[in-house]
Amino acid sequence: MSALQQLIDRGEAASDCRPWPRVAVDRTTWRKAADALGRGELVLLDLWAEPAAAHMALRDEADGLVAILSLACPRRTFPSVGRHHPPAIRLERTIHDLYGLEPEGAPDPRPWIDHGRWTERRPLGHPAPPGRAEPYRFLAAEGEGLHQVAVGPVHAGIIEPGHFRFSAAGETVVRVEQRLGYVHRGLEGRMAGATLDQAVRLAGRASGDSTVAYALAFSRAAEAALGVEAPARAVWLRALMAELERLANHLGDIGAICNDAAFALMLAHCGVLREAVLRASHAAFGHRLMMDKIAPGGVRGDLDESGEAAIRALVDLIGRRFPDLVALYDDTASLQDRTVGTGVVAAGLARQFAAGGYVGRAAGRAFDTRRNLPYAPYEALEFDVVARDSGDVNARVWVRIEEVRQSLALVGQILSRLPAGPIRADLPACAGEGMALVEGFRGDVLAWVRLDGGGAVSRARLRDPSWFQWPLLEAAIEGNIIADFPLCNKSFNCAYAGVDL
Amino acid sequence: MSMPKLLIEGLFRSPLTETAPAPEDADLAALAAAADAAARRRLGRSLSIRVVDAGSCNGCELELNALSNAVYDLERFGLRLVASPRHADVLVVTGPVTLNMREALERTYAAMPGPKWVVAVGDCAAMGGLFAGGYACAGGADSVLPLDLRIPGCPPTPTALLKGLLALFGSDPKGVRASTD
Repeated sequence: MSALQQLIDRGEAASDCRPWPRVAVDRTTWRKAADALGRGELVLLDLWAEPAAAHMALRDEADGLVAILSLACPRRTFPSVGRHHPPAIRLERTIHDLYGLEPEGAPDPRPWIDHGRWTERRPLGHPAPPGRAEPYRFLAAEGEGLHQVAVGPVHAGIIEPGHFRFSAAGETVVRVEQRLGYVHRGLEGRMAGATLDQAVRLAGRASGDSTVAYALAFSRAAEAALGVEAPARAVWLRALMAELERLANHLGDIGAICNDAAFALMLAHCGVLREAVLRASHAAFGHRLMMDKIAPGGVRGDLDESGEAAIRALVDLIGRRFPDLVALYDDTASLQDRTVGTGVVAAGLARQFAAGGYVGRAAGRAFDTRRNLPYAPYEALEFDVVARDSGDVNARVWVRIEEVRQSLALVGQILSRLPAGPIRADLPACAGEGMALVEGFRGDVLAWVRLDGGGAVSRARLRDPSWFQWPLLEAAIEGNIIADFPLCNKSFNCAYAGVDL
Repeated sequence: MSMPKLLIEGLFRSPLTETAPAPEDADLAALAAAADAAARRRLGRSLSIRVVDAGSCNGCELELNALSNAVYDLERFGLRLVASPRHADVLVVTGPVTLNMREALERTYAAMPGPKWVVAVGDCAAMGGLFAGGYACAGGADSVLPLDLRIPGCPPTPTALLKGLLALFGSDPKGVRASTD
């Protein structure tokens, strides 16, 4: 019997969560789960909370089983998972900041997203008067001649805000520590009580570059909760949008990574192709980023002939131009000199953190939700999950290059097989609970939702893939020079708003 | 393809850059009138812009970045995105001004030399958007800084952004008003 099944058997069904079960467990079982995570027998998909309960979503890679374990926390504490499994540490710190639940024996008691500036503490649990904004205690790095460099939250370029604290010996980075939370808008709190319509708009703004992925994950979770399936045409149109979003982001990233290695030519060319994707998306769906086009029950707005023609022209354009750019990347030795061997993520870390997307796939972890936890219509589509082993910036560029090719092929397949029919299903007003995982351009996006039966959300949770990628950046930069940090950082392109929420 | 071949091809291909959009909005016209003519003379043909993300979902950043691609080519108008607030004339703010970013935003503004303008880009910065109120956000940019222009949209398109920014120069669509001295 699988490790996860044994844990499930020790608990009691807590709710009718679909398609994966949620079981109530006691503290002993919760600890056993944390132990199993620490031994690498299970994968942590997410760890989140409510005012008096903690939840962890787990996956057993041996048999593909997925389940949520829930622990009631009447005394506002729960046994720390991070103590046994480091990927849980930031999630626990967030739970503490938002809900006031104390992870017992946690290795890092510092706040994470509460900077002492909100109008109240523990805003989603048992609100208390605000604390004081105290200096953050960065981890120490000691040694002769070490110096610190503080970067952010306002950066030189147009990127999201976050703080990076470097400890360096000359040019060489000894330690970098991230501090995030600057773009915490209180999204999780706003989801509670929102109508489905409002909630999917909020989900679509968790991270703007992944608006399609988030709206899709949330909609699929809500549909699972309601026991509804979106009509076939809507399912295929959603996949079309998701692949267009992946194309736009990967093209932007390939250009931006090369630009951070001072190779602006690639940025110029990729920027033009990215713009073409956004224009085709606008022509097809009425919005350049396709915001608010996916909703529970289906999609808003059908694809007409001119929209289809715009996407076909786009596939043709990228198909003609992209091979030259790939050759340019491959043939430019000065560029390869910057990307090969830089910012290496060890395969063991990628596995331990269950890093998704190009970060994991460039370090040998060939996980892709579309293949490993498949959802329609991907079972009916042909594509390869491309992985590399070297774990460096170069590998992350190549995974993106291969995924551009795969997405182009997928868009072609979807257009040629797009079924006819309705694009929106009616939603019953019933209570329920559901979870979904979808593959965004960064990796697996998780959404969980509980509906109250009156058409509103009582609780919702969104988990960005970057939760399990950001910490690997800290490891990957060690021993590199500070000047290569922007390059490494761009090759990860982790979400800020998506994790800060 | 080799780099020289790609570069040579680029020389003979027709430009991708599109003509400038004309400002049309009443709001923008009002701003153009309000922008002090003397200050504009002093600034000559160029404006330097510093962008601060104060809680955006990054949608606005994607479109602001798109302004630098070959299609919109922001710099042909003398508009330049700069790294340091010390070099900036215009502060572009995105996001519902999270309380965790408020001080960084205020300090960025304080570091800019006058005369200076503040432009709120996107629904969140322009009016709080979906995230107005609550324990974590201050609200639109005008709750923290004196605001000169709003460019709404979720996110505003690059064309809408160009129209708005060009309005800072006045109604001339070329965005260029030669220095008169």
